[in-house]
Amino acid sequence: MNFETIIGLEVHVELKTNSKIFSPSDNHFGAEPNSNVNPIDLGYPGVLPVLNEEAVNFAMKAAMALNCEIATDTKFDRKNYFYPDNPKAYQISQFDQPIGEHGSIEIEVEGKKKTIGITRLHLEEDAGKLTHSNDGYSLVDYNRQGTPLIEIVSEPDLRSPAEAYAYLEKLKNIIQYTGVSDCKMEEGSLRCDANISLRPIGQEEFGVKAELKNLNSFSFVQKGLEFEEVRQQKVLLSGGEILQETRRYDEQTKETILMRVKEGSDDYRYFPEPDLVPLYIDEAWKERIRSEIPELPDVRKERYISELDLPAYDAMVLTSTKEMSDFFEATIAQGADVKQASNWLMGEVSAYMNKQQKELEDLALTSDGLAKMIKLIEDGTISSKIAKKVFAELVEKGGDPEKIVKDKGLVQISDEGQLKEIITAILDQNEQSIVDYKNGKDRALGFLVGQVMKQTKGQANPPMVNKIIIEEMEKR
Amino acid sequence: MSEISKEQVKHVAHLARLAITEEEVEKMTKQLGDIIEYAELLNDLDTENVEPTTHVLNLKNVMRKDNPREWINKEDALNNAPDKKDGQFRVPSILE
Amino acid sequence: MSLFDYTLKELQDKLHKKEITVSDLVSESYNRIQEVDGQVKAFLTLNEDAAKAKAKELDQQQESSNSILFGVPLGLKDNLVTKGLRTTCASQFLSNFDDPLYNATVVQKLQDENTVTIGKLNMDEFAMGSSNENSSYFTTRNPWNTDYVPGGSSGGSAAAVAAKEVFFSLGSDTGGSIRQPAAFCGVVGLKPTYGLVSRFGLVAFASSLDQIGPLTRTVEDNAHLLQAIVGHDQMDSTSANVEIPNYTDALSEDVKGLKIAVPSEYLQEGVAPEVKEAVLRALKVYESLGATWEEVSLPHSKYAVAAYYLLSSSEASANLARFDGVRYGVRSEKAENMLDMFKLSRSEGFGDEVKRRIMLGTFALSSGYYDAYYKKAQKVRTLIKNDFDKVFEDYDVIVGPTTPTPAFKVGEKIDDPLTMYANDILTIPVNLAGVPGMSIPCGFSSEGLPIGLQLIGKHFDESTLYRAAYAFEKATDHHKKQPALGGDR
Repeated sequence: MNFETIIGLEVHVELKTNSKIFSPSDNHFGAEPNSNVNPIDLGYPGVLPVLNEEAVNFAMKAAMALNCEIATDTKFDRKNYFYPDNPKAYQISQFDQPIGEHGSIEIEVEGKKKTIGITRLHLEEDAGKLTHSNDGYSLVDYNRQGTPLIEIVSEPDLRSPAEAYAYLEKLKNIIQYTGVSDCKMEEGSLRCDANISLRPIGQEEFGVKAELKNLNSFSFVQKGLEFEEVRQQKVLLSGGEILQETRRYDEQTKETILMRVKEGSDDYRYFPEPDLVPLYIDEAWKERIRSEIPELPDVRKERYISELDLPAYDAMVLTSTKEMSDFFEATIAQGADVKQASNWLMGEVSAYMNKQQKELEDLALTSDGLAKMIKLIEDGTISSKIAKKVFAELVEKGGDPEKIVKDKGLVQISDEGQLKEIITAILDQNEQSIVDYKNGKDRALGFLVGQVMKQTKGQANPPMVNKIIIEEMEKR
Repeated sequence: MSEISKEQVKHVAHLARLAITEEEVEKMTKQLGDIIEYAELLNDLDTENVEPTTHVLNLKNVMRKDNPREWINKEDALNNAPDKKDGQFRVPSILE
Repeated sequence: MSLFDYTLKELQDKLHKKEITVSDLVSESYNRIQEVDGQVKAFLTLNEDAAKAKAKELDQQQESSNSILFGVPLGLKDNLVTKGLRTTCASQFLSNFDDPLYNATVVQKLQDENTVTIGKLNMDEFAMGSSNENSSYFTTRNPWNTDYVPGGSSGGSAAAVAAKEVFFSLGSDTGGSIRQPAAFCGVVGLKPTYGLVSRFGLVAFASSLDQIGPLTRTVEDNAHLLQAIVGHDQMDSTSANVEIPNYTDALSEDVKGLKIAVPSEYLQEGVAPEVKEAVLRALKVYESLGATWEEVSLPHSKYAVAAYYLLSSSEASANLARFDGVRYGVRSEKAENMLDMFKLSRSEGFGDEVKRRIMLGTFALSSGYYDAYYKKAQKVRTLIKNDFDKVFEDYDVIVGPTTPTPAFKVGEKIDDPLTMYANDILTIPVNLAGVPGMSIPCGFSSEGLPIGLQLIGKHFDESTLYRAAYAFEKATDHHKKQPALGGDR
């Protein structure tokens, strides 16, 4: 029997407003435990929530970027459950009137494009953080309590772990472009739960699904789903039954591990939040937010292809993160050649980031520096080879490329007399190479050029060296 | 519909995180049953086309600007904590 | 003669003339508490040292004040959060809640007026009850006869004013919790329009119904106190942003031409004959003052109690879920794991009535029952609200009894929740509709217990209530009668 895999994802994204969603506490990551809290965040008796307008704006922005319809009438509800990180024992969330519905994004896997539906996007408050220790106690830090959160639920449209991965990449990409979140999984500002089930090919009805939690990176999502796909298949093929379970992905063993079997559905006793009044989002408000959404990655990619004449692949890589794309735009805005800028970013810059495991924003390199360096190549001041030396300096320490070139004496030797002198000496020492060249061995020319570059520490202007060597050999 | 079983009472007590003794279950089953039976009175009314009221005033879009504000002293957050450690609230773990 | 027999205006006059000091007023309170609170048991927590220090401080700066509340001693229901002063909601769960870290908006407003907080007043635990017997500490007694309940849940607030332990007090009213004890103790109590007074810092029972309001011995002082606590609050999203009138302006007006509606449902069986008679006599008084009255119908009145208990308990089940033993309050010492911490702390910390309502509310919201109970009750709430809207198309004020009977004896109804709930049948519809309601003394029973007249107004039309109440008070002597306590006998 052959199976079809059905995957749906629930993604939580923290919004980077200045203050929390229902309290005026500071909203930022990484503070001392329980220092960004006030009685509202601590769920003290008598406190009341007041909605942060910016959280609504951000949620709308994200929903619009994900092609959702925006609700005109919406409201908040209480979702009741006890847990130490949930200080009121209810989370203020949205139940039956989410701020966004019926959205979609387009993904591409192995060259095939596919539209993935987004069921809903709603606004809620994040919980605090519970740290388990092994002395029988857990510790609670409420700094995160009240951070505005959007929950994005996909349709069960994903058919493989690879599609799930592509969906997450795309979702993150789009939301980062809107500027409402950093989407940093390592800081918890983007979190993902996955639902996966299998059904025999041709069957209409969905199989019983398992929910995967504790997925700390996109590749763990993919790996967890891949493991789960195989596990469920084995169970089904051996005549077994899939239970509705919650499982977590173990990064060490690369397996999914049973957390609990769900009995029926959780009873959250949702009801409309009496402490908050309804929201009415009129067309003017929607239009204002829509006008604030920056150019999104797909549009930008098309523009790179049609207006900048970049190959589709380059356009895709450059727009894959907003930082990269913005950096690229800034670089060409300062006069750098488009293709050069693209090559440097996709080549040396990306290689360095991968090697150092750093984000673009963490590098000493600036778009200004990169543009200047590219211009030095274009006007012949340095060779591409020398540029690599300049780049190494720029990316580590920053600074002005012209000054680096000058201080390190890296200026290209383009003086014909000076080059001729060096070349004559080298030809004198390599008579055999001249003979070889004249006998049609092109490699000999390459060897001679190499000798010149070696002696000039790479600073000789390569096209000129080529030209002079040939001229000089012809003379002999 | 007006009946409530002991099992339901126990389930509701669990949802509400209340520990109740068998004796209390008995008493609560009777008392809740009575109240719920009394509430059946509402079924005399046809409310098919009636909108539910959550708020008596027709307020909409009450929001604040996104400005952070200091309120309590940072040190005071744990003042009333029954148990604390290293600047955090301490609770028993899920399992004993 | 107590200093508290004067009106606010008279007190301020005496303070200005330096005939008395704030310290005198504060001492008056504590002396009286010393004298009678053993019988009345209105106070859960006294603020004596701080109050006396505050009085001294105020006495030194007295000349610059123009607040009519300057230096006046007041009591606060113990569900109003007070910075640095224990706030228990009469629950064992909060017995150690010595500093809630912040002040309720109303508390802050009154402090800004330089009132002096004498202490925190007893109540039914988390405001759930109609007799004060649900306090987990002790039962406050009715100053008119200490065998009787003072009413609830703001029983301590009403009793302390009636016993002249404080000049005035604040209570909260979710289904009658200000008006019913005001009626039982013979004082003036107002539940303002929902949204008029900020709920920020009021420990929530049922968020869509709760309102804070003043309890005083006279209508005039009630208007002064309301004036000080109303107004839009950015910390309460349900706080209305409306223009605030000068409530005392209404006091000078007469009631000629005032159109009074008397709901027939409010005088039907279940209402004690002597209560009905007192109301009819009050209507005669209004007639003599030039007002007119007619019987009307609030046809959905009989559904109000059921709808109220479903809605208020549902909201309460969520509002009281935060008492989990993690951040404040008393955690069970027996708790060895997380689930036990929740269950044992809550079971040990809450009394029977609180548990009962949490259970009812949890049930009404639970999967499979939400539509049949919670949502149904919300729809009935709409019908009840419509009843009031309709009557107010043609009338200025609704008048009826506050309670079906005068105060009952301690222990009389405690074992029967439904009978106890029925006591609120005349006050509950007012909360469901969100309109303002007031109770003023209108007579006494054969046993010498006060009877309350309820006045109900349009949304944000507290002025008309004050106007009608003041005219009645001027024309009658009920408010002048005093309970005999301690040395008064």
